Amino acid sequence: MSKIIASAAIRGTHAIRERVGKRLDEALEKYGEKQEISFPNTGYYLPIIFGMTGEKVENLGDCPKVMAIADDLIPPVPAENLWTPYLGPTLDAGMATLFMEEIEEAIKYLDGPNPVDGIWLGAADDVIMRERGVEFVDGSAPGFCALAGSAPTPEIAEAVVKELQEKNLYIWCSGNFNGTTVSEQLDSLGVQLGWETRIVPYGREIGSAVYSLGFAARAALSFGGAEPGDYRKVLLYNKNRIFAFVLALGEVTDEWYANAAGAISYGFPTIADTPIPEILPTGVCTYEHVVSNIPHDEIVQKAIEVRGLKIMVDKVPIPMAYGPAFEGERIRKDDMYCQFGGNITPAFEFVQMKEMDEVEDGKIEVIGPEVDDIGEGDALPLGIVVDVAGRKMQEDFESILERQIHHLINGAEGVWHMGQRDIVWTRISKKAKEKGFKIRDYGTILHTKLLGEFPSIVDKVQITLYTTEEDCLQWQEKARAKYKERDERTAGMTDETTEIFYSCTLCQSFAPTHVCVVTPERLGLCGAYNWLDCKAAYEIDPTGPNQPIPKGDTIDERLGQWKNVNEFVYNNSGKALDKFNAYSMMEDPMTSCGCFECIVSFLPICNGVMIVNREFTGKETPCGMSFSTLAGTVGGGNVTPGFVGIGKVYITSKKFISADGGFHRIVWMPKALKETLTDELAKRAEELETPDFVDKIADETVGVTEDEILPFLTEKEHPALTMDPMLQ
Amino acid sequence: MADSGERSACEATIEMLQKACEEDQSTAFSRTEKMKPCTIGASGICCKNCAMGPCRLTPPKKEGDEPKRGICGATAEVVAARNFVRMIAGGSSAHSDHGRAVAETMILAARGEAEGYRVKDRIKLLEVAADLSIEVADRPVEEIALDVGEKCLAMFGQQEGELAFGWRAPEARKEIWRKLGIFPRGIDREVVETMHRTSIGVDQEMENIILQGSRCALADGWGGSMIATELQDILFGTPTAIKSKINLGVLEEDQVNLIVHGHEPLLSEMILLAARSEKMIKKAEEKGARGINLAGICCTANEILSRHGIPIAGNVLQQEMAILTGAVDAMVVDVQCIYQAIGELSQCYHTKIITTSPKGRMPLAEHIEFHESDAIAIAERIVETAIDNFPNRGKVDIPDVSSDFTGGYDHEYINYMLGGRFRASYRPLNDGIIDGRIRGVVGVVGCNNPRVPHDAIHVQVVSELVANGCLVVMTGCAAQAVAKTGLMKPETAKDVCPQGLYEICEAVGIPPVLHMGSCVDNSRILIALTEMVKEGGLGDDISDLPAVGCAPEWMSEKAISIGHYFVASGAAVVFGVEWPTSGSQECTDYLLEGIFEQYGNSWHYEPDPDKMVAKLLSLIDSKRDALGILGKRERVLFDMAARRELSID
Repeated sequence: MSKIIASAAIRGTHAIRERVGKRLDEALEKYGEKQEISFPNTGYYLPIIFGMTGEKVENLGDCPKVMAIADDLIPPVPAENLWTPYLGPTLDAGMATLFMEEIEEAIKYLDGPNPVDGIWLGAADDVIMRERGVEFVDGSAPGFCALAGSAPTPEIAEAVVKELQEKNLYIWCSGNFNGTTVSEQLDSLGVQLGWETRIVPYGREIGSAVYSLGFAARAALSFGGAEPGDYRKVLLYNKNRIFAFVLALGEVTDEWYANAAGAISYGFPTIADTPIPEILPTGVCTYEHVVSNIPHDEIVQKAIEVRGLKIMVDKVPIPMAYGPAFEGERIRKDDMYCQFGGNITPAFEFVQMKEMDEVEDGKIEVIGPEVDDIGEGDALPLGIVVDVAGRKMQEDFESILERQIHHLINGAEGVWHMGQRDIVWTRISKKAKEKGFKIRDYGTILHTKLLGEFPSIVDKVQITLYTTEEDCLQWQEKARAKYKERDERTAGMTDETTEIFYSCTLCQSFAPTHVCVVTPERLGLCGAYNWLDCKAAYEIDPTGPNQPIPKGDTIDERLGQWKNVNEFVYNNSGKALDKFNAYSMMEDPMTSCGCFECIVSFLPICNGVMIVNREFTGKETPCGMSFSTLAGTVGGGNVTPGFVGIGKVYITSKKFISADGGFHRIVWMPKALKETLTDELAKRAEELETPDFVDKIADETVGVTEDEILPFLTEKEHPALTMDPMLQ
Repeated sequence: MADSGERSACEATIEMLQKACEEDQSTAFSRTEKMKPCTIGASGICCKNCAMGPCRLTPPKKEGDEPKRGICGATAEVVAARNFVRMIAGGSSAHSDHGRAVAETMILAARGEAEGYRVKDRIKLLEVAADLSIEVADRPVEEIALDVGEKCLAMFGQQEGELAFGWRAPEARKEIWRKLGIFPRGIDREVVETMHRTSIGVDQEMENIILQGSRCALADGWGGSMIATELQDILFGTPTAIKSKINLGVLEEDQVNLIVHGHEPLLSEMILLAARSEKMIKKAEEKGARGINLAGICCTANEILSRHGIPIAGNVLQQEMAILTGAVDAMVVDVQCIYQAIGELSQCYHTKIITTSPKGRMPLAEHIEFHESDAIAIAERIVETAIDNFPNRGKVDIPDVSSDFTGGYDHEYINYMLGGRFRASYRPLNDGIIDGRIRGVVGVVGCNNPRVPHDAIHVQVVSELVANGCLVVMTGCAAQAVAKTGLMKPETAKDVCPQGLYEICEAVGIPPVLHMGSCVDNSRILIALTEMVKEGGLGDDISDLPAVGCAPEWMSEKAISIGHYFVASGAAVVFGVEWPTSGSQECTDYLLEGIFEQYGNSWHYEPDPDKMVAKLLSLIDSKRDALGILGKRERVLFDMAARRELSID
């Protein structure tokens, strides 16, 4: 810590102490101690405070205790001469700053100005945190850039941010300089802001940086297995897993320094565009702590180097930027140059396996008109036919590769894509057309990315793009026949007829005892890996987290217990688990890592189960816990009889808790979940010859306690009430 | 008499030596001129362990002559080894007896039988308790403290097994101790066995004797000294960085000057309480003094400096200088390094010498025996004695010489200062070394010795080490020598350090030389070295670290014990002044080279300060080379797979 920086940061902390202390006193006066305060929809209270100290701030009356903790941390400004060390004290001041700013932001939610206003998004709720946090765990997002201030011009801001997006980083903005902010600069250029594009305008003041660091704290608690109050683990998880850094654009004020000091404790260095003092020795961060005076065209590269981040990005040779950050970009009708599919024109995409000599790698053909041949606002048919060959390619992988097309195409800036198979809909923006983007570039993207991401199963890729209605319709028929054939094949696959299951231990980095066993009728609890995905993943990386498990002798058919599976689980859970039942949630159920889409929970009075999905924000469910609280109980690689984490698709599987009574045990699920799964639920109810069953499932409009829903279930004659007792 | 300027690098000392000369007073400096060292004794080959001798086993005068044997047939190397390990036993017993007194006090305090003493650092108590496998959950502090005190006290009489604090050492080191059979069993046992084995007709194999010396030394470093340090921290607080002043200029003309001299803070802490009490201050004012000025000399000074910022009047060779100022109203002493001469000197000035320990009495001193059970009352009596003596002052000559410095850099504080409360660790230190910003860490410790120019070697060696990019940690009188030069002022860093070391100092806010406390606090350096190993990146054992120990002006047997426990713990150690086994080439070769194979490092002897610096730097560079960190550190970039390999615990 340079003495100048230390002194500034500590001065900043003192100023924040004075401001927040006053604000808190006023709030206490106005609302009283019992007034609830919180960030919206989170189970982590004020997350930095919760993560570092274990203190749960639920109402204003909880704040003075936290302020006392902060006071204990805040050091005096270093003496002019004969000073004592200031690095440690400054880092303490930084942490105190974050605690106090969280209180300040929480008071803003109560007393205004509302942190959510216009482009400003305020705190990310737990749904976003889990959805996006998983990307930090699996590495699809290497980290985030906490971006403070504003660039000299909006164009520079856009260039810096685009470079960050191309590196797959999240860009979290807070703090203003020169009367403006990067967020406002981007907005003025019409750049799409929000979680979809990874550019998140948290707030205009530097204090909103606590939303970035609070997200990081929650990620450590949620994915890092850190207990609240285990500050060391929370911080080391961030230092060694989430590669984030601070970019300071503009004058670094005392309060910016105070926040930067807080970030350094997480291992997040600051890279500035102004000539502030530097802190080059390493140790709290992986490399330098503060690096300054970096030109804007070098600042992203410098930041990545300072953070010690290795980012492998396949350069996609198209005239637009490319990266996952652009996947969420929308193209409104007014911004659209042309479109394909979406019930306006026929469109489909189709991957087919070919022999090696039948595919000419890199050949991309557009058969029919290109974008230059049509006018603005026009629609064209589009058939995307991808021929793939590879020594280890299998027919089963066709659908897996085909499913990638959606996110691969979406990664291009100025291109939007939705749907799959023959229900695709895609648009090219005016800006992309202007920059020279062609239909042919759809092929370029697919060629580059399929080879880049699946090198062990894909050796050659050839793409043909059909843009005449005649070709399109003709090819669509062929494709449809193949879709049907594939569906029939997978529908016919059952656990009984399959000898090899697959493991998934991807999440052992944070839940070391967790082993997912993926069978044809039970996909991974995260919903992202079904049996075929695992099979393909194994081919792609034979030593990776997805390993084949020949299931071996059946120990118990009803419970779903097999000899070799037990052995595998035992050996790969660090010998924590010696057996496992695939079809029961009551007896030796599968462990849950933390990524589950839904949690199934036993309801003793109703003799059934409830299912709550991650997106459900209600604080109460019939088992007495919100999703967040449940997740905390069930996750971390634990076996928790009576609870199990699952993927959504499993709900309508024939094997859904079949040992405990199956589908008919479901007595409650959130309304929105029911709506998402309407068709599947109806189909499964039909199969069981209880077509009216879905209507018997209660939701939050009926009640959120067992007592509240029981009369409804009784009235509807829910089958669970008369089934055998679930608890043996 | 030689020019005073050649005798000392310390201005205040030079001034007082001139006064002594003018007033014809004898001091250690003048006596050094008159009393030449016994060369046979100094070279370690005089055996007086039985009445058949003493036998002087001087080396053969010319080649081909038979080497001399003792009456019993003892060879020079066995005699030298015996004398050497007896020095270790002497030093080890001094530190350990100090530790025992602290353990006893802690037990009394925990039982509520020692007014004024209480557990001040609860966190450290819990940490130490955990290391000693003492149950802590929900138990009252006093109960835990009682268990810790009793368990520590029991280590002195422990007969078998391994000393619990030794378990703190790096795994690889413990294996070496076990393999060599030198993991200490009990503190007193190792001293007793050393004395037994070196008495007439017992252990007559040089290497076997030295092995027992190692076990005895380790029982000091990882036993007695560590108990003293740890329990003192619990009772009086673990030091944190603190500002103070040093040198005779800290004495106040218009205040009662009370000097605490010796080693144990048990007494000085209570005197501090008494001296700060309103009652005593009022008494002092009644006698015409503006207040009570407490200052320290020798290691007691280091103890109360580190915890309270009490100024230091000087190091061990300045005890007589302080009396010569005529401004010291009382000098309270306990144990170790107290010159008998101060009794006589005090007769020529008004200073009252007050002995306090039943273990250490001397003629011409007033004895006020100190007991922990009645500590405060006794401390008040001592302070009153000083106050009452204030009006008896004659001519006062306080040299206008003092320097600011900072101290209190113990293991816990270093850990904190490098990462704050939330990220405390040695990572930045290890990184600094790996990056080459810090070339190495040198612990410069030990005494003053009038056989070499006072403070001068310390100052020269430390200045040059700093100029060569080494971070220096210091204890004892050596620390005080350098504190006087300004090298322990943080603002000095920019003028004296090369760029890399300066960047570290500027980042952390430290001077390039850190004061770590008293001589028992060398145990803090053992912990710090262990922590460096555990933090990772610098090898698996203390012997892999680019870290060296050094005592350029040593004189006490305690220094030999300290030096040897560092060697046995894996650190290279360089001593100056005189090498205590130089009369036996074989024993010297073994200690300076032969034991390298066993411990991964060895002793070194180099009295010339220039060569000493060169040796220290080459030792550091050889370790850097072995670690592969001589060149510039490569910047490793991490992808997700590499990140998953990183520990988050």
